[in-house]
Amino acid sequence: MSFNETDAKPLFLRGPSLGTRVFLFAVASILLMILDQREHHLTTIRNTLSVAVYPIRALADLPFSAQEWLHETFAARARLQEQNARLRHRQLVIAAKLQRFAALEAENTRLRELMDSTAQVADRILVAEIMAVDLDPYRHRIALNKGTRDGVYQGQAILDAQGIVGQVTRAEPLSSEAVLISDPSHAMPVQVNRNGLRTIAVGTGDIARLALPFLPNNADIRPGDLLISSGLGGGFPAGYPVARVAQVDRAPGEPFAKVSAEPMAALNRDREVLLVWSRVETPEFVEAEDDGAGEPPAEPIGDPTAAPPAEEEPAVPEDEPE
Amino acid sequence: MSARQRLWPIILYLIAAMILSVLPMPDWAAPFRPDWVGLTLIFWSMHLPRRFGLGAAWLSGLALDALKGALLGQHALALTIVAFFTLKFRLRLRVFPIWQQSVTVLALIAVYEFILYWVDGMAGRSVDGTDRWIPVVTSAVIWPLVALFFGRLQRRLAFE
Repeated sequence: MSFNETDAKPLFLRGPSLGTRVFLFAVASILLMILDQREHHLTTIRNTLSVAVYPIRALADLPFSAQEWLHETFAARARLQEQNARLRHRQLVIAAKLQRFAALEAENTRLRELMDSTAQVADRILVAEIMAVDLDPYRHRIALNKGTRDGVYQGQAILDAQGIVGQVTRAEPLSSEAVLISDPSHAMPVQVNRNGLRTIAVGTGDIARLALPFLPNNADIRPGDLLISSGLGGGFPAGYPVARVAQVDRAPGEPFAKVSAEPMAALNRDREVLLVWSRVETPEFVEAEDDGAGEPPAEPIGDPTAAPPAEEEPAVPEDEPE
Repeated sequence: MSARQRLWPIILYLIAAMILSVLPMPDWAAPFRPDWVGLTLIFWSMHLPRRFGLGAAWLSGLALDALKGALLGQHALALTIVAFFTLKFRLRLRVFPIWQQSVTVLALIAVYEFILYWVDGMAGRSVDGTDRWIPVVTSAVIWPLVALFFGRLQRRLAFE
């Protein structure tokens, strides 16, 4: 290797010494990090960079989307027919449910008018694909193939057919990044659908589990309860299913019950998700319509009205115990 | 024949390394993913220090930050420091037998991961666990292959 001409020269590097240069680069990185962390002044730089690396993301995603495309294109006729029949059947069921839903919605609006409260606002929805890139293995982040060009904004709620998936943390021109509700740094206001009890659901880092750490021991909650988004805080539209309570441990002598819940959404199996624009005029509570294709046909509709008659504090009795 | 022409393949390999570092892997395998970009940079700053120095490391770090959605500058800082140590000891590193190089790579990637870990901690992001240190080992294990592969490439580029 020693006869390689590029080898011989670098014995004497010209310009500022290596130490000086590494110092400058390190200072530049640290400045960038501080700016990025504290101020969010770097949106333009970040957007430019993200557009520049978008092809890399797209390339990483390519084998998967190509495989999917092939799968779709060369699908067997019988399978397609079978799928078609199944979907038609399902659509019929959903349409039937929707009839009832329309009536209920009208009734709900009328009742709300009687009560002089805010009317429901329809949500706009856009389908986005999750790009097959692994962002950071230590956090539950996903990349979506829609960005500010499609009107995506930071903090936007993301759903799938079963429930809430997460929210957008960073909207870039061509793509955006979102955090899943199971990320340990994520918390969202929820309420128990059965009785309107409000609390906070915190991610645990386990994709199949959320924790409800702020419920007192005597709280009326039991396994099987459906948790829906309460819409408090204005981040998520209200009334979408979030999780189902899996386990309630009440240790006498502990101030809080240990409650864990399983997310309704297929957090790690989704390929497509829905971005929701909920136009929130008053950040308190604008009831969004319940998900038409929502899970349990038995009870989800109508209950959201029961909960928030007056006060806003989610049921967080004290500050975090941890 | 010009130097610029010979640079292109290396940039392409750098991009390939970035793709590899975000390519989805099954859940059980994801923690074992070697730090491809780190390995690529170590090799090229060892062997072509005039072209692949701190600047290249910093820029690819920045690209990696944007790609992974990390704090802007996090990977840039880590890769710059790694490139610095590689450049500092490159003459010694190049004459090491391959297993000794692997041990050095182990140390370099450990520095890299430590900086990432440290920045995550400072920024108040959740840092957990031992999974973080697995890439250090896998990177060192895979280093002989990387060195062999890039060594071939380098010879071909040099002689064409």
